[in-house]
Amino acid sequence: MPGMEGTELRIIGFLCNWCSYGGADTAGVSRFKQPTDLRIIRVPCSGRVDPLLVVKAFMEGADGVLVSGCHPRDCHYSEGNFYARRRLEVLKRFLPFMGIEPGRFEYTWVSASEGARWQKVVTDFTDQVHALGPRRNFGEGNGGGDIR
Amino acid sequence: MAILDKLKDGVQRELEGLEFVIGWEQGYDPLHASPLFIRTPGDIDRLIWNPLCVHNLASYLPSLKGRRVGILLKGCDSRSVIQLLQEGLIKREEIVIFGIPCRGVVDLSKIKSRIDTSQMRAVSLMDDAVVIEIPQGREEIPLDDVLATKCLSCQYPTPLIYDHLAGEVLPPQRPTEVLYKEVEVIEELDVQDRLAHWERELDRCIRCYACRNACPLCVCQDYCAAESRNPRWLSQRAGVSEKVMWHIMHALHLAGRCTDCGECERACPMDIPIQRIRRKINKEIKELFGYEAGVNPEDTPPLYTFKVEEPTIQEREW
Ligand code: SF4
Ligand code: SF4
Repeated sequence: MPGMEGTELRIIGFLCNWCSYGGADTAGVSRFKQPTDLRIIRVPCSGRVDPLLVVKAFMEGADGVLVSGCHPRDCHYSEGNFYARRRLEVLKRFLPFMGIEPGRFEYTWVSASEGARWQKVVTDFTDQVHALGPRRNFGEGNGGGDIR
Repeated sequence: MAILDKLKDGVQRELEGLEFVIGWEQGYDPLHASPLFIRTPGDIDRLIWNPLCVHNLASYLPSLKGRRVGILLKGCDSRSVIQLLQEGLIKREEIVIFGIPCRGVVDLSKIKSRIDTSQMRAVSLMDDAVVIEIPQGREEIPLDDVLATKCLSCQYPTPLIYDHLAGEVLPPQRPTEVLYKEVEVIEELDVQDRLAHWERELDRCIRCYACRNACPLCVCQDYCAAESRNPRWLSQRAGVSEKVMWHIMHALHLAGRCTDCGECERACPMDIPIQRIRRKINKEIKELFGYEAGVNPEDTPPLYTFKVEEPTIQEREW
């Protein structure tokens, strides 16, 4: 597991209080082995996740960002994740246009009882970001990209 | 009757019931038009209509809510009004719209990249050319070569909403395929090259926010998130990542709302090709939700609503 080999990347997770944060807790209580790269930020609802929070995380140097909420139809506030799904899907299609590789951002749903699913999501996502390696941020290099 | 005469005639008849009518007049040099606020019948003579009337006057409307005003709109400008109506930012009964069937407006930076206009003496506008008199002689430029990029793929030359139409309904004349051409050029680059491209282009941004101020759908004014200190989305740092953050902020706040009017890019003093960032989002919104902003006043912007099952969203499996 990458984090345990001393090559941790900066991965940010926005997890909703009611489902995914509980799911991560369940995974912990069940002592499921997980990579340690992910820094979790607990939010009230995936609908609270302004896509700009994700962008800001990248601008501050994140290598990957994950948003996880309650499954559709299971939102604690009934419809927060329905709005989130539309916004985050637009964001996911847009980020690569600006030069942030596909794969560095994902959104998904994990319920409070799904400790095993959480373990899989966090492991797969961490592996995926490690496969891409550390991210070069805006202003950290030069060259290429000439289209004019 | 020519379009301009019809406009003047309509304004003349409506002016009494209105605080003012917004149109265009000749600006500070022969190539520039400026917005004109017609308050008295005497002002009507200053009104002009030609391909130099580039400004989307709808940008004034949100700040005029509660006042009765008239406004001249091209086809593209009318989409901003529809979008503003959809969002309840203006009231239909407060505005009188003078619609103009439009054959296109110029992009001044395209003209300036072809000839040095600093010494120009006069400009005349023909049906299909712009003639500029400079000390070296007369330069005749085909209009199509210097039209604004949005005009080259215009599907709404006739306003979609109006009280008076100055002329006949003009059907679309331009191909749709070219709409996303500039977006596709970037999509064809490697992701790393896209990053380098935006890094280089957006590094010129001086964060003057002219793009925001010109945008008819940017309505937060003093409450703009870009200038908020708490939360502090943007810092005073001058690095390129702050500039990128600003543009992503603008583009995402316009997601599902941007009518592709091009005012942001036109207003930019640094000639940064920023409209394609907004266009990319428009393209995805169209693909995902089959939605085009500012076309139907009864529509709901796609990010203001949802479906329980989203047939077009392919969620990732784990
Ligand atoms: S973002 Fe640009 S193109 Fe879109 S509505 Fe605003 S000014 Fe017009
Ligand atoms: S108008 Fe141009 S320079 Fe000014 S903030 Fe917008 S992109 Fe930057």
